[in-house]
Amino acid sequence: MEQISVVVVGHVDHGKSTLIGRLLADTNSLPQGKLEQVRTMCVRNAKPFEYAFLLDALKDEQSQGITIDTARCFFKTEKRRYIIIDAPGHIEFLKNMITGAARADAAFIVIDAEEGIKENSRRHGYMISMLGIGQVSVLVNKMDLVGYKEEIFNEIRKEYTDFLGRLNVHPANFIPISAFKGVNVASTSDRTPWYRGMTVLEQFDAFEKGDVRASLPFRFPVQDIYKFTEDGDTRRIFAGTVETGKAEMGDKIVFLPSGKRSRINTIEGFNTPGRTIVAPGEAVGFTLQTQVYVKPGELMVKAAEDQPHVSPRFRANLFWMGHAPMIKDKKYKLKLGALRAPLQLVEILNVIDASDLTSVANKQQVDRHDVAECILEAPRPVAFDLSGKIRFTGRFVIVDNYEIAGAGIVLEDIRSEDSALRRHVSDREFAWESSGISSAQRTAAYGHSAKFVVFTGDHQEKTEVLAAALEKHLFSHNFKTYYLRMANVISGLDVDIKHESEVRDEHIRRLGELARILTDSGQIFITSLSNVDDYDLKTLELLNKPNEILVINVGENHFSHYQVALTLDVQAEEVHSLEKVAALLKEKKVILEYYL
Amino acid sequence: MTHLEKLEATSVHILREAYREFKSLVMLWSIGKDSTAMLWLTRKAFFGHVPFPLVHIDTAFKIPEMIAYRDKLAREWRLNMIVGQNTQAIAEKRTFPDGKLSRLECCKVLKSEALKHTLSGDWTRFRFDHKLGKYVEDTNKEPYTGVIVGARADEEGSRSKERYFSPRDRDSEWDIGDQPPELWGQYKTDFAPGTHVRVHPLLDWTELDIWEYIGKENIPVVPLYFNRGDGKRYRSLGCWPCTAPVESTAGNVQEVIEELKTGKLANIAERSGREQDKEDSGGLETLRRGGYM
Repeated sequence: MEQISVVVVGHVDHGKSTLIGRLLADTNSLPQGKLEQVRTMCVRNAKPFEYAFLLDALKDEQSQGITIDTARCFFKTEKRRYIIIDAPGHIEFLKNMITGAARADAAFIVIDAEEGIKENSRRHGYMISMLGIGQVSVLVNKMDLVGYKEEIFNEIRKEYTDFLGRLNVHPANFIPISAFKGVNVASTSDRTPWYRGMTVLEQFDAFEKGDVRASLPFRFPVQDIYKFTEDGDTRRIFAGTVETGKAEMGDKIVFLPSGKRSRINTIEGFNTPGRTIVAPGEAVGFTLQTQVYVKPGELMVKAAEDQPHVSPRFRANLFWMGHAPMIKDKKYKLKLGALRAPLQLVEILNVIDASDLTSVANKQQVDRHDVAECILEAPRPVAFDLSGKIRFTGRFVIVDNYEIAGAGIVLEDIRSEDSALRRHVSDREFAWESSGISSAQRTAAYGHSAKFVVFTGDHQEKTEVLAAALEKHLFSHNFKTYYLRMANVISGLDVDIKHESEVRDEHIRRLGELARILTDSGQIFITSLSNVDDYDLKTLELLNKPNEILVINVGENHFSHYQVALTLDVQAEEVHSLEKVAALLKEKKVILEYYL
Repeated sequence: MTHLEKLEATSVHILREAYREFKSLVMLWSIGKDSTAMLWLTRKAFFGHVPFPLVHIDTAFKIPEMIAYRDKLAREWRLNMIVGQNTQAIAEKRTFPDGKLSRLECCKVLKSEALKHTLSGDWTRFRFDHKLGKYVEDTNKEPYTGVIVGARADEEGSRSKERYFSPRDRDSEWDIGDQPPELWGQYKTDFAPGTHVRVHPLLDWTELDIWEYIGKENIPVVPLYFNRGDGKRYRSLGCWPCTAPVESTAGNVQEVIEELKTGKLANIAERSGREQDKEDSGGLETLRRGGYM
C-alpha cells in the first residue's frame, strides 16, 4: 500500500495538534481505549478535554501546552497510508519544524480565522517553499469562533495566496474548518453551506505522490568505499543512496570533483536477486571495471549526461538556526550530499525577514532565524547542482560548533579566479620582506636554483626512499638541500591540528607555507606525500609562489588534471630512478649540466 | 520502490552514515524481532558483513531460549558479540520481585545501569570467543560513543520524537527540548568530546513493517514469537517476570502478519504485555531520559 508523509504547520496555537487529534479520532485511527484514557485524565485533572492532548505524549509538552517537537502519527484511508507530522509552531522550535517538514511530501498550513495570518504563518510558508514541498493546502481553522463567516475566510485566502505567490508556492486549495467541532475535517458540514470544496480528509487523498527523481540525470553521492576482507571478500564497493536518475551495468561514470572515470562493473547487494539497473532512493553499491581512487564524498554521475557544477564558490539561500550568528572569516563545515568540506561565508547579499519578506539592509551577519542570500566558498571545488534544476543535489547544511546550524539551497555557480587562497597569497606576497640577498646571487653561490620537489604515489615507502636518496645524492654534490619527512611535522609543527575535517587541508597549507620559506632560502626542498589529489598539488603550487614546484609521481598516476613533471616506475631500480630525476632537474635548469 | 524497500533504503543509509562517522560504534541487540531485523539491515548495508560489535545486556531474567538463539546466530554469522550485566545487583538480589524494587526500578538497575557501564567500559564486558566457543572477559575497555538502537517511533509517545541521530550527554541524558534538526538525509554527526550518540535506523518502521520484512527476507527470529500449541505467543520480548505472552494462535510469520492486520491485536498496543510501562503514565519516557533504550 502506498504511503505518504504530510506535515501540518502553522503559527503557535492555531490548532495543529487539535486538528490531528480530531482527524485520528474521527477516522477511528486511535488505539483502543486511548480516547477514553485521555478523557479520564482530563476529568481527573479538572481540565476540559482537548483533542490536542492525544498527541501530547511528552510530559513537558503537556505542562507548557505547546508542541515542541514533531510528533509522527500514522493513519490510513482506503487509498493509502499516511504519516502525519505535527510540526511545532513556536519560533523557538523552528529547527524541529524544519525536521518534520523536510520529510513531508505535502503540507497543510493551519491559520487561525480569528487571529488571522501571523508571523509564523508566513515564516512556515517560506520554509515550505525552501524545502521544496510542492503540494500545499491551507486550512483556515477555528471558523466556529468567527461565526463561519465566508468574508473572513475569503480575506485570509486572498492575503495568504498573494504571500505564497511571491514565494512561488501555489496552494491546491483553502479549506474553512473547525478542528474542535469537526467541521470539514472528516466530513462536510451545514455550518459552511457556502463551501463546496474538499474536506481535510479528502484533501489527504488528493495529494499526489509526485516523484520527478527518475527523470533527472543520475546522481550518486559516494557515502563510503568498502573493502571488507573477511571470508575472502575481494569486492571494492562504492556505497551510497541514489539521489536521482538511473544507472546500469556498463555505464560510463565520472566522479566529481576529481574527474576520475570508470565503468560500472556490478551492482552489489545482500540477499537480493542480482540486478542490472538502479533507481532513485535505492541504497546500493557498485564495483567498477577499473580501479579508481576516490574518497567518500565525491559525486558519481554518468559521463553521457548533464554534468553538475564543480566550483568552490556558489550563491545560495540559507536559513540559520544556530544560536551564534553566521559570520565572515569563520570556518564552518559544509555537508552537501555525502561531501563534508570546510566552508566560509564570503558575502551577505541580502537578509530577508521571512515573516514579511522585507529585506534587512546592510547586515554583516546572519542571525538566528534569518533567511539570507549569500556567497559561500569552500577551499577546494565542490560538485553540486543548482536547486532550480536538481534540488536533491543542490541543497546542503552547515555545521557550526558540532551542530547543524544552517541549511540552504544553491542558486548559482560563481566561477571566479578569485579564491580565499589566492587572496591570501597575494596579501602575503604584498607583505613579504625580501632578503638583501637576491635569488640570482644565491643561485650563483650554490650552483643551483631553488625548487620545491614533491614525491607522490601510492607506495609511501618507495616515495620516501627515493626522496631520501635524492637528498643524499644532491648533498654529496654540495647542493643545499633538505628532505622534510612528514612525520617530523605531524608530531611537531602540526601537532595542534585536531579537527578531523580540516586535518589534511591544514597539513597541506602549512607545508606550502614552509616550502615558500625554504625555497626563498635557495634550497632544493624535498618532501614526499601519499594520498594527495589534484587540488592538494595546486594548493602547494600556489602557496609556494613565486617559487617553483616539481611533482614526481611514483607508480600509477591518479591525477586527472594536474600535470606531474615526471612519473617513475615503481619497480625501477633506485639508481635509474635517480638518474631520471637528475635529468629532470637539468632539463628544468635547477642544476647546471657541469655539476653532475 | 515498495514501502518496505523505502524503509530498508533509509535504514541502510543511516547505518552507513553511522559507520562512516563514528569510530567507536556498537549495535544493541536485544534478541527481539526489531533489533534482529536491524542486524539483518546491517548485513544489507555492508554487503553481508557486520563491521561493528553487537552488545546485549543480559539481565539474567531473559527467557533462556533467547540466550540460546543469540549464541547460535553469533556463531553462524560470526558476530563480534559483547555481553554486559549488572552482576552485583543480580548477586545481591536487588531486583524485582526478590528485592524491594518496583518493576521500573528493576529496569533501571538491570538494564539502564548495566548498559551505561558496559558502554563506558568501566564494568566487565564479555566477548564471544569464536575459537573457544564461549564468552571471555573482553580486554578492550574503551568507551563506545556511538550506539545503534532499534527504537521505533510507533512504539509509544516519547519514541515518536526521537531523531535518527540523537545526542546524549556524559550522563546519557536526553534533552528532548533541544534536539538537532534533521533534513535532506543530513544528520548530526559531529560531537564534542565526551558526548555520545544514539542512532535509530528503525524509527520509521511499525510493528507490522518489521514482521512483513522478516517474512520477505526470511530472517530467523526467536520461536517465542509464535504459538507452539498452547494458544499463546510473545508479542514483545523482555524479562520473564515482567513479560506476559498474548493469547494467539499465530504459529508463523504470515499468521502473525494476518493477526496484526485484521485480527484481535490490530488495535492493542504492542507493549501491552510489558508490565513496567503500567506503573507510571510516562514510564518509558522517564526511563529513556535516564538512558533506557
